[in-house]
Amino acid sequence: MRPNVLAAPILLFATSPALAAGLDVSLTIPTLKVAEYHRPYIAIWLEPASGEAKSLAVWYDMKLKDKEGEKWLRDVRTWWRKSGRTLSFPVDGVSGATRAPGTHKISFTAGKGPLGTLAPGQYELVIEAAREVGGRELLRFPFQWPPKGAEVVKAAGSSELGAVTVTLRR
Amino acid sequence: MFRKTAIVAALLAGLMASPTLAHRQWLLPSATVLSGEKAWVTVDAAVSNDLFYFEHVPMRLDNMKVWQPDGSEGKLQNPATGRYRSVFDVELNQQGTWKIGTSMAGLMGSYKQGGEQKRLPRGAAAADLAKLIPADATDVQISENTSRNETFVTAGAPTTTVLKPTGKGLEVEWLTHPNDLVAGETAKLRFLADGKPAAGIDVELVPGGVRYRDKLNDRALKTDANGVLAIDFAAPGMYWLEAQLQDKNTSVPGATQRRLTYITTLEVLAP
Repeated sequence: MRPNVLAAPILLFATSPALAAGLDVSLTIPTLKVAEYHRPYIAIWLEPASGEAKSLAVWYDMKLKDKEGEKWLRDVRTWWRKSGRTLSFPVDGVSGATRAPGTHKISFTAGKGPLGTLAPGQYELVIEAAREVGGRELLRFPFQWPPKGAEVVKAAGSSELGAVTVTLRR
Repeated sequence: MFRKTAIVAALLAGLMASPTLAHRQWLLPSATVLSGEKAWVTVDAAVSNDLFYFEHVPMRLDNMKVWQPDGSEGKLQNPATGRYRSVFDVELNQQGTWKIGTSMAGLMGSYKQGGEQKRLPRGAAAADLAKLIPADATDVQISENTSRNETFVTAGAPTTTVLKPTGKGLEVEWLTHPNDLVAGETAKLRFLADGKPAAGIDVELVPGGVRYRDKLNDRALKTDANGVLAIDFAAPGMYWLEAQLQDKNTSVPGATQRRLTYITTLEVLAP
């Protein structure tokens, strides 16, 4: 659970130098043996040390008629309070469909899309998952922006989230 | 489990509460923090000892009102009153904070006639006092009572239009938004009596779920010199809050005292 910040020189090779600065998130949605399974709602957002939180991605049921899927956004409750409740859905570049168990990669580029321009400072990337007839889990990834090099912050959930790796690109 | 202080609220609700039994009057919304454009809440309204269980009598819906985020009056839908509770729905077709509740005023009183203690009938009007109290009555005690019982629900981002104090009776200036309460944080409320800070008044806070624990776990709180109450909510859940104030600032001629009551149900979410 405790995120550890690794200066990871090896990853410098793994990361193409051509890539622009930003964040790469690799997150695992665990396979659960439960009687009734629904894919979790997942929110990824950024909290600056001071100032407003910024939603980067929200995966929810967008296909239900009459936007019924939005009814459960509030169950991703920490995100809902920090950012979600001020948005109107769907949010361009942020809203997305729910995803199946497995490992998913999502990248955010500085200066573009939901990440936008980041002022230098201390941040936390937060990932929260809430599952219908299931539980909720939240993981925090503290980091300094801009990073000194390619840095990796890792954490793993114990119930609704599996291993998560956040790679900072300079 | 029995309290005398809630009798007034029960009587004002037009209920047959025995003078020796006290009950809590409460509203229980199905949710207070909602998302989506077509959210609904259903609200239970009852009077009982234990919170929040339907076990005594329903709250009457005659005076129940809904205020929309823009401040205009909203619609109460599918109302029904059963043996133990009333229930109604509210369609949250405007984003923002809604207020649901009642506001009532009435008179209670007693006097002695020929050594015998007598009570004013329920629902006595100020204009009828002269007729209701016999000329030979002694020890006339007339209490002017006003009470509010309200709760708040928010669709989307919280707004503050419906929170604006009216300047009449006992009410709350929400220094912390009532739909932004989270366990582990401190919420601040300023109580106002006729728009002015109500210093040193008694406030009782009871967490719901009374049936499943041996202790009531209620907290007897007092507002500070500025009428402010800071509540640190240790655990998430639904809470019932009642504040009371007695003074002599009566407006009805002949009234000897005034009793103001404010009741609200607050939902505290897990962090």
